[in-house]
Amino acid sequence: MRFLFKTHYNQDIDHLKHGGDRFWYGLLLVLVVAAPAALDTFYLGELNLVMIYAIAGVGLMLLVGYTGQVSLGHAAFLAIGAYTHSLLLGAGLPFLLSIVAAVLVSALVGAGVGWIALRMTGIYLAIATLAFAMLTEQTISRAEWLTGGFRGLAVPQPSLFGMPLTEGWQRYYLTLALLVVTLLAALNILRSSTGRAMVAIRDSEISAESVGINLAVYKTLAFALSAGITGLAGALFAHRLGYLSPDAFTFLISLQLLLMVVVGGVGSMRGVIYGALFIGFLPQLLAIARDTLPPQIAQAPGLEPGIFGLILVLVILFEPQGIFGRWLKIKSYFQLFPLYRRATHRRQKTYLRTERLR
Amino acid sequence: MSYLAVTDLSISFGGIRAVDDVSFEVEEGEVFAIIGPNGAGKTTLFNLVSGIYFPDGGSVRFAGRDITSLPAHRIAPLGLARTFQNIELFEHATVLQNLLIGRHVHRRSTALSHLLFLPSVRREELEHRRRVEDVIDLLELAHYREQRIANLPYGVRKVVEVGRALCLEPKLLLLDEPTSGLNPEESEDMGFWIEDINRDLGVTVVMVAHDMGLVSRVAGRVLALNEGRVIAEGSPAEVQKNPAVVDAYLGAD
Repeated sequence: MRFLFKTHYNQDIDHLKHGGDRFWYGLLLVLVVAAPAALDTFYLGELNLVMIYAIAGVGLMLLVGYTGQVSLGHAAFLAIGAYTHSLLLGAGLPFLLSIVAAVLVSALVGAGVGWIALRMTGIYLAIATLAFAMLTEQTISRAEWLTGGFRGLAVPQPSLFGMPLTEGWQRYYLTLALLVVTLLAALNILRSSTGRAMVAIRDSEISAESVGINLAVYKTLAFALSAGITGLAGALFAHRLGYLSPDAFTFLISLQLLLMVVVGGVGSMRGVIYGALFIGFLPQLLAIARDTLPPQIAQAPGLEPGIFGLILVLVILFEPQGIFGRWLKIKSYFQLFPLYRRATHRRQKTYLRTERLR
Repeated sequence: MSYLAVTDLSISFGGIRAVDDVSFEVEEGEVFAIIGPNGAGKTTLFNLVSGIYFPDGGSVRFAGRDITSLPAHRIAPLGLARTFQNIELFEHATVLQNLLIGRHVHRRSTALSHLLFLPSVRREELEHRRRVEDVIDLLELAHYREQRIANLPYGVRKVVEVGRALCLEPKLLLLDEPTSGLNPEESEDMGFWIEDINRDLGVTVVMVAHDMGLVSRVAGRVLALNEGRVIAEGSPAEVQKNPAVVDAYLGAD
């Protein structure tokens, strides 16, 4: 077990807390940078998709895992980011500017949704965001003059400083860079007063107010941040798809994003990465499973959403902390061996809460 | 003009007048206690003063300013902090994070600079931590600094909540039953801390309490409520002897 001897507050503030962190994250960085040399095009593409999911997951995690506001409509922000980026790129805007614009537009729409949904919590908020996602899907399919409706919209080829980004490895590095930037930005938010205010709102709105946190401002801000980051993922997702149509951003995508956050581990940024890997490779697993199942089940409509829903329910029931929580338990099992007890991580019930003051 | 002036404050829930024309004044630097049997309206009164509820009538003035219609998040920056009877901490955060959240009103940087974590933000964070460590020292919380609230015993949570309120660097501290559920030893510690907070930090304290021993020890003046109305006001000894108070607690003959 590692015991840190702290001599400066900076040790608490820094992202990498000790030599072990620096070594392992350094190694991870070397591995992901070297990946294009070792992987073939298919797996590189899949890894690229996983990282795009991870960016969207960072956005959703800020909202769900840290601010405690559930959203079942993040596919809409993905769509807004994708369409804005494609349209602006098509209009001749440089790639980077167009990405920034996509982030800003998504963030603005997110702020609007957050502001409207201020009074709603829990299940009502989930339904409201779901309604918003459906509204967005409908709007995109009807606004044919802008989005091409169901005929679709071709995504222009990206190019950076005059260099076309057509190769798989180029897009891989682009996504990787943006993922790292997004993660750092999110972690920066979380180690400053803005992030603490978000956590405060998640855990107790009444005390958050009493220490001077303006709920309306911070909830709206959390929505805007979350939507902006998801919009960024959407812009990258557009290049992955190559051709946008409204049915690429259905409820299933929203569910997948939420599944990623919950399976990965609510309230941890590492959980986002675990969740993204899970979501990214789940369809492959399902495809393999399909081959072995009897055709009545394998060809049944709605099999995928059904399985996603089932996994969501099972994880919430049996491992609410997700993969990240399970990892912590395994780690402490070995650290404390042979003294680990299951009760170490048992959740405690709280009986004394001022329920009537919600 | 007194420091905290509550005038004719009233609120009804349905047909019940939970707080009924309550008036009292608290001077700067004193410890003022509010007592009363269950359901007397003590906590409701606190919620009215701290902006959680808005009154049907009457006014609250704090440090020369009318705060009657201000929401809670605008009252806190004026220097008014509070604790809750049933403990409202941020359960999934550590003690240190809870206390840092308490310093929210002292933030100077914007969300945009947090995104980049500019050097100025780091300097501000270091300053926050220095201030928080002072509170940790005062309340002897060093041992629990890195622990999550969910894993802490009840007595420690009670202290952490006072600590979070102190991190606001308040001028007026509202303590809602600071010793409820504490054992005699913890209650005594809490009594000492309330004295320290009042004397050394110069914070005016208004507290709701049931524990008459604590009230007589730390409070200068006492207000007794029953069924939403003021029934007595004065020194702890006077109020304890007041027939209306005895009636309220024990029933009339």
